[in-house]
Amino acid sequence: MNKSFVKVLTVFRKDILAELRTREIVVSVLVFALLVLVIFSFAFDMGAGMGETVAPGILWVALTFGGVIGFNRIFAMEKENSRLEGLMLCPVDRAVIYWGKLAGSFTFMLAVAVIITPVFLVLFNLPLLLPRLALVIVLTVIGFAAVGTLFSALAINTRARDIMLPILFLPIVVPVIVAAVKATAPVLAGAPWADMLTWLQVIIAFDIIYLVVATLVFEFVIEE
Amino acid sequence: MNIKRSLRNNGLLELGFVLMIAALYMVFLYVPTEKHTGIVQRIFYFHVPVAWVSFLAFFVTFIFSILYLSKREMKWDAIACASAEAGVIFTTLVLITGPIWGKPVWGIWWTWDARLTTSLVLWLIYVAYLLVRGFATEPARGARFSAVVGIVGFIDVPLVFLTVNLWRTQHPTTIIFEGGLTTPMLVTLLVCIAAFTVLYVLLTIQSANLKSLDTALKRLKSMHTG
Amino acid sequence: MNDGVLAPVPCAIEIRGLTKSFGEHHALRGIDLQVSKGECLVIFGPNGAGKTTLVKIMSTLVKPSSGGVWLDGMHIRDKPAQIRRKISLVSHETFLYDDLTVYENLKFYGKMYDVADLEQKIHDVISWVQLESRRYDRIGTLSRGQQQRVSIARGVLHNPSILFLDEPEVGLDPHASTVIRDMLGGLNTGGRTVVMTTHNLERGLELGDRIIILDRGRIVYQAAKHKIDKANFQQVYDQYTGTGM
Repeated sequence: MNKSFVKVLTVFRKDILAELRTREIVVSVLVFALLVLVIFSFAFDMGAGMGETVAPGILWVALTFGGVIGFNRIFAMEKENSRLEGLMLCPVDRAVIYWGKLAGSFTFMLAVAVIITPVFLVLFNLPLLLPRLALVIVLTVIGFAAVGTLFSALAINTRARDIMLPILFLPIVVPVIVAAVKATAPVLAGAPWADMLTWLQVIIAFDIIYLVVATLVFEFVIEE
Repeated sequence: MNIKRSLRNNGLLELGFVLMIAALYMVFLYVPTEKHTGIVQRIFYFHVPVAWVSFLAFFVTFIFSILYLSKREMKWDAIACASAEAGVIFTTLVLITGPIWGKPVWGIWWTWDARLTTSLVLWLIYVAYLLVRGFATEPARGARFSAVVGIVGFIDVPLVFLTVNLWRTQHPTTIIFEGGLTTPMLVTLLVCIAAFTVLYVLLTIQSANLKSLDTALKRLKSMHTG
Repeated sequence: MNDGVLAPVPCAIEIRGLTKSFGEHHALRGIDLQVSKGECLVIFGPNGAGKTTLVKIMSTLVKPSSGGVWLDGMHIRDKPAQIRRKISLVSHETFLYDDLTVYENLKFYGKMYDVADLEQKIHDVISWVQLESRRYDRIGTLSRGQQQRVSIARGVLHNPSILFLDEPEVGLDPHASTVIRDMLGGLNTGGRTVVMTTHNLERGLELGDRIIILDRGRIVYQAAKHKIDKANFQQVYDQYTGTGM
């Protein structure tokens, strides 16, 4: 339905506009992800030549935990001034709200990944031009955002909203984290496509399944 | 309340009792000691049924979560929640019996193989299900949110298993048994599976009944004082 | 649960046997109400009476525990999108985005409601609430009273036939309160039905065609305006709610 698509874009544009003004989500997630990168590098004693083995894991830990911080904000921002009620009053399918917020959270996470990844590559002395890595990142962030946006809406309506999101989010994204790390390793090592193909398929399957499930289930989260 | 109130009426309690006695007898007295790994291997007869039940319980939670979201009757939620509570207990048992068995046999407490890892993630999802209920601002919300977790989480379980399996095929896997199961072992295992399944059903029905009664009691109380 | 029966008389709002419980708390214990087209209904009641819950149910934000609600002849469960197009809620929360400007907020809601001639309508409502000079200012820079005016602008942007107001003057200083009051008077025009909850007895009596008092989840008093003795209404209110305000 054309109208629905326009409304998804309207919600998306509103979030982008607000974020451009304040930059609060991207900056906080970026700083946090950077800190995670650095702390984990110290924790694994990066001088000892283990770099290549643990590098993919460290990147994805940073993006995962950054994601947890970011997804919290996605619906937390709608709690102020009861904006969520304003959205619910609008004559739109609840799925439209989900997809509008999903577009926003995907964009913010991708923005963080775009900035963090070169930093990561530099810290680990890896080549900077890695289009295959970009593919892995984009596909995985879709999966993160699909689940994160759904649970963000759920978590803000509970009493322990900051704790609830990671508890819900992390177990569910285990498959896509494993797949992302396994797909990243061949890219960093310069290995052929074949080594990462299966893992890409896993990520794509996860994305499709959760986009569908979340779309179906979102109205139960947001509506009484 | 349509949930069977008196278990005495349908003999499930008796059946469970008999099965459990039979299971204990068979595991400790009847079945011969396994050649390679010795006495410790008997844990297998608890570990496998308990693992089976832990997945069955989550499937039940999944089904009743869907039922609750479509019909919104608290009795469906009571079953879903009771099953989740039973499930988390059984999953905990899986995570305990696994290492107890593993350490003497293979010298390691833990292995990130597909089965054990999936049980661990399943445990985490169960916990998330229960925490959402605990942190909800009111019972109806807790029921609704946990139903969502029950559905989303259940879909995740096969994905975790497949992904970890894929991961582990690149590493050597631990072999459970050399040779297959002999007939006495198979029979013992089946009896144990039956015993634990009946135990799970009993626990869940009892628990769900209690929850339904509790909800009804609270409703009556508040109407009286209101 | 819904009665499954269409409202017999085409009122703007029809409520039958409405109850709402939050766990053990019974917010509404059986409400029957009819509001005619173009009427202005004012709802009084002490804190906790259920006024906000009632308005939220009528505006489709919250689902009833039992009973039926019909807006313009349609049951609220049947065609939510269609109903939402025709109604609006202005509450003491503004539903506005502090980092976006007045114009951007209105444009957002206008698009979500498929408002035709959006630019013109935005211009019109901003003029009506007398905030042309602040059009391109961020909401966060406006005073609370001005924010509330923008919220009212948001509320009427899509020209709803039923407007709900939930204590719109709460938290406003006297000057802002007066400005809002004058605007509220202008909302009940062109056949628009208005339902307003308020603590302010005087203001409510000025604006309403009909008054009801809600207490502990029930309607305890109903009267048309011309039958009310304004001077003594405070006593009537205290009597029916058994509380001082």
